[in-house]
Amino acid sequence: MNKILASGWTKAVVFLMCLVPALLLGSGWYKEALGPNPVENITHTTGDWTIRFLLITLSVTPLRKLLHLPMLIRFRRMLGLFAFFYGCLHLTTYLWLDQFFDWAGIWKDIYKRPYITAGFTAWILLVPLALTSTSWAIRKLGGKRWQLLHRLIYFSALAGVIHYYWLVKSDIRLPLMYGAILLVLMLYRAIIWFRPKARAGGSF
Amino acid sequence: MSNLRYSQVTPKSEYLNRRRFLAGGAAAVGALVLPVSTYAGAKLSGVTKSPLSTTEPATPFEAITGYNNYYEFGTDKGDPAKNAQNFKTSPWTLTIEGNVAKPKTLDLDGIMKIAPLEERIYRHRCVERWSIVVPWIGFSLSALLQQVEPNSKAKYVAFQSYYDPKQMPEGKHAGIQLPYLEGLRIDEAMHPLAMLVVGLYGEVLPNQNGAPLRLAVPWKYGFKSIKSIVKIKLVEKEPPTAWNLANAHEYGFYSNVNPEVDHPRWSQAKERRLPGFATRPTLKFNGYGDQVAGLYTGMDLKKYY
Ligand code: HEM
Repeated sequence: MNKILASGWTKAVVFLMCLVPALLLGSGWYKEALGPNPVENITHTTGDWTIRFLLITLSVTPLRKLLHLPMLIRFRRMLGLFAFFYGCLHLTTYLWLDQFFDWAGIWKDIYKRPYITAGFTAWILLVPLALTSTSWAIRKLGGKRWQLLHRLIYFSALAGVIHYYWLVKSDIRLPLMYGAILLVLMLYRAIIWFRPKARAGGSF
Repeated sequence: MSNLRYSQVTPKSEYLNRRRFLAGGAAAVGALVLPVSTYAGAKLSGVTKSPLSTTEPATPFEAITGYNNYYEFGTDKGDPAKNAQNFKTSPWTLTIEGNVAKPKTLDLDGIMKIAPLEERIYRHRCVERWSIVVPWIGFSLSALLQQVEPNSKAKYVAFQSYYDPKQMPEGKHAGIQLPYLEGLRIDEAMHPLAMLVVGLYGEVLPNQNGAPLRLAVPWKYGFKSIKSIVKIKLVEKEPPTAWNLANAHEYGFYSNVNPEVDHPRWSQAKERRLPGFATRPTLKFNGYGDQVAGLYTGMDLKKYY
């Protein structure tokens, strides 16, 4: 398995798979097949994939350990960047198709409407992570500091879940589900951090 | 049907498509089992055109019937069109009771005969910032209310939807209390624009649009226009309403369309006319202010949102 994961082909395939939602949106747009309310459709699809990719990215570390697949690390940066990619599409949809670059209205939304504030916070937190995603940046920052900085993704995912929870009208099942997944992923980390140090240095 | 010309309000290709779809699908099945006048897709005859109609082009049939908020059948806009297909609208019983001299119980046939059918093309503005233009078929709610003779204690009209968790299994995820409840002040309910709807686009109302009987109150946000009505009660006090019970801070009893009063989570200044991308400014009372503003003189519409 680790061998398959190490292959360049696998990475290319995963890359293409990550692009599928965007390609489907693109072809739907081209064929005018996004339903009566295309803006809502695009906003929801890109929002859904942003939170999903954030959570998938956060699953990499636990899955590596639990499944003994260290090679999964090869995909983490790409998955994180896809979260940012969908987040940017999502934000662009809002700025362009929803608000038509009405900056006064947008600014008002960001400070006045808690769910937009939360969404915007989630996106802003991803910006420094995307900017420092290169190997050069890791070297420049040093592993420790880079790792610390990249813990911002926890807060981004949390803000993303809150954003979703605040925006639904009444059916809160999906935001709660994403919240529960995030909770499990964070609990895993909490257990690792708070485990007695003696054991952490032990056999695994 | 010959006096109704939908080609005037719908792009021709859409109109032809729809004809083919209906001829092949629902009509063929429905005709075998239900009385001719009351299954979704059946033609409604003797419909006159109402002067209350807007001249704006009607939203295509596919959009009106494929994009619905009807939480009993699911919270996604596409859910009702899928999940309401087998909803049983026959037999149906509507009761009108409360502070009236002549309470009534009507079956489908009786509902269709409350008053002569009119086609009224109304703007419909959803609280979620989208709008459509719908050629409803029905009559003024006042026609029914006059028949039951409300007494002096009838200050409000309460409406209740059908709810059957067996037929509407998605309803338990609605996140709002069901059966759906709505209400109007008596003078609002008696206003000629307030309409009981039994059809659209010349045909019996599709299930996903609230068959067999729904309300259309065009100057209020769409959720006030309750679907699949089984009970109308004339009452003395302001009745509870579904969205107000779910979130009083966001959804008031009146819920008049008003670009000056924001929803706490979004501005109501603009709306998106479906299908498509274009937005337009939202008009106070959804553009029906000339007719209905008088109902609210002296009222602070920010307080009574
Ligand atoms: C990492 C950042 C973000 C994540 C994870 C995220 C996630 C989501 C999700 C899951 C949805 C709901 C989709 C659905 O209902 O299917 C959504 C909707 C939405 N988001 Fe975001 N979002 C983010 C950032 C933003 C930003 C920056 C904005 C705007 C400034 C924004 C504006 C919206 C809007 C307007 C909606 C639609 C609300 C409605 O239903 O009317 N989001 N987002």
